[in-house]
Amino acid sequence: MASRLRAVDHLAERTVVPPPDPGGPATAASVRGLSRAFGGRTVLDRLDLDIAAGEFIALIGRSGSGKSTLLRALAGLDQEVTGELSVAGPVSVAFQEPRLVPWKKVQANVELGLRVADPQASARTALDEVGLAERASAWPATLSGGEAQRASLARALVREPRLLLLDEPFSALDALTRITMHRLVLSLWRQHRPAVLLVTHDVDEAIALADRVLVLGEGRITHSSPIAVPRPRDRDHPDLVALRLQLLTELGVPAGETD
Amino acid sequence: MPDTAETGLNVRDQAEPATPLAMAGAADGAAAARSPGRRRRSRRWYRLVSPVAVVGLWQAASSAGILPASKLVSPASIAHTAYALVVTNSPTYGTLQESLLVSFERWAAGFCLGIAIAVLLAVATGLSRVGEAAVDPLLQALRSIPLLGLIPLFIVWFGIGELPKVLFVLLSALFPMYLNTFAGIRGVDSKLGELGRVLGLRKLEMIRHIVLPGALPAALTGLQLSVVSSLLALVVGEQINATSGLGFMITQAQQFLNNSVIMVALIVYAILGLFLNGAVRLLERKALAWRRDFGR
Repeated sequence: MASRLRAVDHLAERTVVPPPDPGGPATAASVRGLSRAFGGRTVLDRLDLDIAAGEFIALIGRSGSGKSTLLRALAGLDQEVTGELSVAGPVSVAFQEPRLVPWKKVQANVELGLRVADPQASARTALDEVGLAERASAWPATLSGGEAQRASLARALVREPRLLLLDEPFSALDALTRITMHRLVLSLWRQHRPAVLLVTHDVDEAIALADRVLVLGEGRITHSSPIAVPRPRDRDHPDLVALRLQLLTELGVPAGETD
Repeated sequence: MPDTAETGLNVRDQAEPATPLAMAGAADGAAAARSPGRRRRSRRWYRLVSPVAVVGLWQAASSAGILPASKLVSPASIAHTAYALVVTNSPTYGTLQESLLVSFERWAAGFCLGIAIAVLLAVATGLSRVGEAAVDPLLQALRSIPLLGLIPLFIVWFGIGELPKVLFVLLSALFPMYLNTFAGIRGVDSKLGELGRVLGLRKLEMIRHIVLPGALPAALTGLQLSVVSSLLALVVGEQINATSGLGFMITQAQQFLNNSVIMVALIVYAILGLFLNGAVRLLERKALAWRRDFGR
């Protein structure tokens, strides 16, 4: 993965651990003392974070709390973070906007940069998994929002990542499509078992999907709640109702102001 | 008027000037024909009405003697001249098709070289700050020199052979293509650059899959502008002491006060221009099929 290792030449000494020593490492990502300031404003302040292999984490926080900054640091897209960062490669990202390359058909988008023996077959399998096989030869501009996000997910998963970074990928979708996408992400996660870091501002989404919900505030992880309730989760499960209130309070939204 | 019958006949030959329209239409039509084309095709038909009417009026005015042939010859006699130039090899003018071929070759050589150099320069400057610092100020400075003003210098430097003519076309094709392609490369969505990094694209893959296709819409606009300006350069450049080509025909005709040959040459230039513009637009349709507004 020489191409990924090139991303290391920045201050954070982002290390990409090469793929599996048999049995695999227990952590998908480990972050120590990560800091990032934008023009004097500190966004991440000596943040520590561990993501276990195969763990599904949801990261919530108010807007501007640095959620996306942390994700970009993990993706190797931020050259100016300081601290220690070790990530188990390969790492994949699905962005908020699907970022399909508009001049490549859906299948070519999934194949882009894919270094396996038969990229076409892998891409077809991935598109099949996200239920987009019949749109393989469509131009991205002709896809609906949900289809475009499926294509983006297929492109992220086809690389068989050990860490999958999801940057609010469902926030622009309508409510029904979002529910379908939640199910899809869970089933893909069960099948491929990457560690997932889902950045979201939607408390319900976090509660429905994650093994552990983290709250980011003041540049650090201020709260961490494991969720033991088995999936699919009933929104009205007493544990989840209590957790929702707790998380909203953590986020500074007093109880009673929501539905 | 014993002339009338012949004139009337030739007016129908005036489908000649209509031919370039039809040709440009064919370029548009290739893409349209695949979609529900029938209504569009009939609408395109109406577009021929006003040009044909103007030619008809022109012919009528000439036949009636309102337009003196010494100033503006009639469409009929232009058609007649064109026909004569095609079928006979006159010692003064040569044949029309031969002249057209010579002119086209000049244009093609200059244009292709100009476009190739422009793209290479744009890629070099677009992708590296060093390249930009080295090349861009130079080209920006050169661009501000009016090309037509260079003709006397070109004659001093390169003589009166093919070289100054081809070079003239080359330079006029180079600048619009360079400027637009450079802007296109710089304008590629930086989010797609990030995506490329996340996907682990190597430098060359990034250029091939992200940068160049992303710059293509702007580059094609540049190509269109280059076609226009290089044809203009061809027309002007060819009249510098030419011994062959359409420009030679025009300078010869000027000496013999033969308006009708000049008109024929101009019309052939116009047809060439329409044809090349149509070709670029066809290329655009093919290359930018991914844009929703270009249809499928």
